[in-house]
Amino acid sequence: MGLLQYFRQEKPKKGSAKLAKDRLQIIVAHEHSCAARPSYLPEMQQEIVAVIRKYMDISSNDVKCEFSDKADDDMSVLEVNVALPKNR
Amino acid sequence: MAKVIVVTSGKGGVGKTTSSAAIGSGLAMSGAKTVIIDFDIGLRNLDLIMGCERRVVYDLINVINGEANLQQALVKDKRISDLFIMPASQTRNKDALTKEGVEKVIADLKADGFEYIICDSPAGIEQGAMMALYFADEAIVTTNPEVSSVRDSDRITGMLSSKSYRSEQQLTPVKVHLLITRYCPERVEKEEMLSIDDINDLLGIDLLGVIPESQDVLNASNLGEPIILNQDCDAGKAYQDAVDRLLGIDRDFRFITYEKKGFLSRIFGG
Ligand SMILES: Nc1ncnc2c1ncn2[C@@H]1O[C@H](COP(=O)(O)OP(=O)(O)OP(=O)(O)O)[C@@H](O)[C@H]1O
Ligand SMILES: [Mg+2]
Repeated sequence: MGLLQYFRQEKPKKGSAKLAKDRLQIIVAHEHSCAARPSYLPEMQQEIVAVIRKYMDISSNDVKCEFSDKADDDMSVLEVNVALPKNR
Repeated sequence: MAKVIVVTSGKGGVGKTTSSAAIGSGLAMSGAKTVIIDFDIGLRNLDLIMGCERRVVYDLINVINGEANLQQALVKDKRISDLFIMPASQTRNKDALTKEGVEKVIADLKADGFEYIICDSPAGIEQGAMMALYFADEAIVTTNPEVSSVRDSDRITGMLSSKSYRSEQQLTPVKVHLLITRYCPERVEKEEMLSIDDINDLLGIDLLGVIPESQDVLNASNLGEPIILNQDCDAGKAYQDAVDRLLGIDRDFRFITYEKKGFLSRIFGG
């Protein structure tokens, strides 16, 4: 490698470790919340939707089931949100 | 009380076998009767790293299947008197590792007076890896300062707290230690590599040791000598510190900061 080329070489970007840490923080937190999610959740969600749809004209996209299990809480929370379109 | 310690990681090639060999040897040198079991069925390697490959006759699967007894399968180390190796099978597949089989081998080793039973886990989260960690009392999660290794370490830590005998029986949880290997203080200094603090923040596991990236490790594997026997090199010393900490001795962390070489030492070396 010539001397000129050596000096022209791109220096590695400083701070890529910071990006690595940020990305890991997000994915690790996400995977923890998934791990805490009971395995029956998707099936239960479908059944809840089916029950509601017996009485109301909604689509499965109008129902959101969120399970959260934060380490610093002493409770897990199951949230069921049903968006009801008006005039129905 | 005998202790079962798994050396695990999720990700492959991060230094589990190197660490099992070094730490097992270190524990045996402290005078505790120690066995290192190779759980990497089909990809036996511990024998090579320990330099006893030509003395392997029977293996772990032979013992589980009753084709050999424990004493026939254990390979005694020629350098360290209290150290034994239990090789993995090179020919069978990993489904040959049954929970009952592994449980019996571990119970027999305990009855035989072994104080430390080190389980060198294969990579991945399949049968071999799950069996290696299932009966663990303690775990050494081996991690490189690199994104995929850190993520996998977090994953395997989750397994230790949900898929182990201790978790299933609701006993005291497996005690988890973090071992960072292939650490380059210089690259950390340049912010090109995750630092010890970064990894600590992410994983939240007690730090057992930091092993620097070192050419001596390759050299030791060429010779079939566990790196801890080379007490002249940084990696060997760092493993010894980790063993001491396992034994409850306080040791400062070494080889974790980068000292810029001065002009003179750059010219004259050293
Ligand atoms: N501190 C170190 N410095 C430099 N090289 C290292 C270090 N530790 C391990 N290595 C090298 O990394 C490679 C993988 O090591 P090792 O076989 O111990 O990993 P492993 O986790 O057991 O792999 P596998 O998942 O395949 O079982 C080897 O070539 C070894 O020499
Ligand atoms: Mg290995």
